[in-house]
Amino acid sequence: MESVKKQKSSDIGREKLTGMFEKMLLIRYFEEASIKAYQQKKIAGFLHAYIGQEAVGVGTLEHKLTQDSVVTTYRCHGLYLALGGDPKAGMAELFGKVTGCARGKGGSMHFFSKPHNFIGGHGIVGGQFGSGIGAAFKSNYNEENAVSFIFFGDGALAQGTFHECLNLAALWGLPAIFVCEDNQYGMGTANCRAIANIDVASKAAGYGIKGYTINGMDLKEVHNTMKHVVHETRTQRRPALVHMKTYRYFGHSVSDAGLYRSKDEVDTYKQLDPIISVSKTLIENEWMTDEDLASIKKTMRARIQEVVDFADESPEPPLEELTRHVFSSMLEGN
Amino acid sequence: MALMSIRDALNLALKEEMTRDEKVFLLGEEVAEFNGAYKVSKGLLDHFGPKRIIDTPISESGFAGLAVGAAMMGLRPVVEFMSFNFSLVAMDQIISNASKMLYMSGGLFNIPIVFRGPNGAGPRVSSQHSHNMESVYSHFPGIYVMSPSCPADAKGMLKAAIRCDDPVVFLENELNYNLTEEVPEGDIVVPIGKGDIKRSGKDVTIIAWSRMMTLAKQAAEELAKDGIDAELLDPRTLKPLDMHLIAESVRKTNRVVLVEEGHFFAGVGAQIADSIYSELFDYLDSPVIRVAQSENPMPYAANLEAATLPSVEKIIHAAKQVLYRN
Repeated sequence: MESVKKQKSSDIGREKLTGMFEKMLLIRYFEEASIKAYQQKKIAGFLHAYIGQEAVGVGTLEHKLTQDSVVTTYRCHGLYLALGGDPKAGMAELFGKVTGCARGKGGSMHFFSKPHNFIGGHGIVGGQFGSGIGAAFKSNYNEENAVSFIFFGDGALAQGTFHECLNLAALWGLPAIFVCEDNQYGMGTANCRAIANIDVASKAAGYGIKGYTINGMDLKEVHNTMKHVVHETRTQRRPALVHMKTYRYFGHSVSDAGLYRSKDEVDTYKQLDPIISVSKTLIENEWMTDEDLASIKKTMRARIQEVVDFADESPEPPLEELTRHVFSSMLEGN
Repeated sequence: MALMSIRDALNLALKEEMTRDEKVFLLGEEVAEFNGAYKVSKGLLDHFGPKRIIDTPISESGFAGLAVGAAMMGLRPVVEFMSFNFSLVAMDQIISNASKMLYMSGGLFNIPIVFRGPNGAGPRVSSQHSHNMESVYSHFPGIYVMSPSCPADAKGMLKAAIRCDDPVVFLENELNYNLTEEVPEGDIVVPIGKGDIKRSGKDVTIIAWSRMMTLAKQAAEELAKDGIDAELLDPRTLKPLDMHLIAESVRKTNRVVLVEEGHFFAGVGAQIADSIYSELFDYLDSPVIRVAQSENPMPYAANLEAATLPSVEKIIHAAKQVLYRN
């Protein structure tokens, strides 16, 4: 394990911090709007909101270069937006519309974006590790300098694929960054009841790689430590394992009433909210006034309303879409 | 033409396709330094080096998953399962990821992967090493399923599979690797979805693939001695089926025997029979009869193993039954 000293807030300049703040706000408002639309029955199926975890995705992916790839779980909207995925296409996907980022065929759990090398959006816990190390393998195969970001929840620590893929990545020197978004619950099961050793970073030693522990509610800590981790992975061509301690304010999905945890616990974490703390920093540094903040929020609310309207007004997929993309090309005679 | 075993034909197909396209690589257990558990990849490490012929740990879910990601990013992996029994460990990657990815990404990410290796019963390896996986993989949209019965097809079909932009499950057979026949020279590709008539006949259509075609050929010779002229049809690709060829044959013979090594219940033969009944009912002079593996796990004892599997005798019996000659 390697400890990295907390960097001073001044390391992140005004423009960058403001940019990351706006991304976190975009994610927060997008997710709030999606929950509302779910309650209005405009969205169905599962919906796993990223609210509370914004600093993890935004602070990490600030270091993503164009050639890098990203894969994650079904809790995928936040990362898609952090990468710069089109919010309209994201919301339209949730609404099951043909204008969605997966033409309305993937839904909430399966967001994708080709220009960002965002390779999903995976519905099976632990099912994405292989795809993530495969992207890292391709980087080495083609002698590129790309790295692969593999996001996963603490629940996936108990899956075999986590260990198999860490082993393969370490064995073959694959530039993959395993980012555990530990929000403390695998669905309704507290991780102390599921994971024998929740010191995630300590598991790195089992594969001879480096492990890091980061306060995932602290945007600056996420950003600064991940800057180091990404640089090291990119240049040294070996995987890293990162434990992000974070929290989700809402249930596992919108159908989860959250009876397994107390209101006090949730409120405690809400005090650590990255959006509130970063907005305080912006104001304390005199990089933003209260009026600026109110204006940014107002503009973002209006933007999200446009996003929702776009999704609402978009057409459903035409029936020809039913059998399209089962295969990439129809074979002769079929 | 050159005389070649199925093993060598597969090896040659891999060599030609890897020479043709640098994005193609082979990974799996024992494929490199050991030259393949069944020697299909013999010599390929020496020829292409360790970057493209890759020994993996015993980690099927991990390396099949890696292949999915590599394919999404533009490479063209060939994954060897030492035996298709072990593909069960990687099934989430094959089905939930490889077969669904193009569709659930709205057409953004296709998966050009070949999952290949021996399928079906080896000799005397009991219950866990004798699975026939064709009906399982054929069930899911988004995967092609192919299974060659002779060296020429093995070569041409594997080339088609490697060139395919979508996932292909390519089922070989351990007991057939030494089967040796003529293979035409050159870059001959057997298209996905095209069956083949292996013996032309007029009395009964026997549909079989992989090693079952070897048994069907022997059965046809025996039937000929009794004056029964059997047509042997190898669908070669099980998904999608060449229903055009099947229809042509059924319209000619009006009688069908379906032979498969896998279990009777929900086998591929059940699907073929259903398609024949739905589309060709008026052309049938008798019910379709299926010869398949009995409904028990594979036993070790030699007599019980033989009783479990289809045989030449069982095929002959079925052919006579559809002709009301028993």
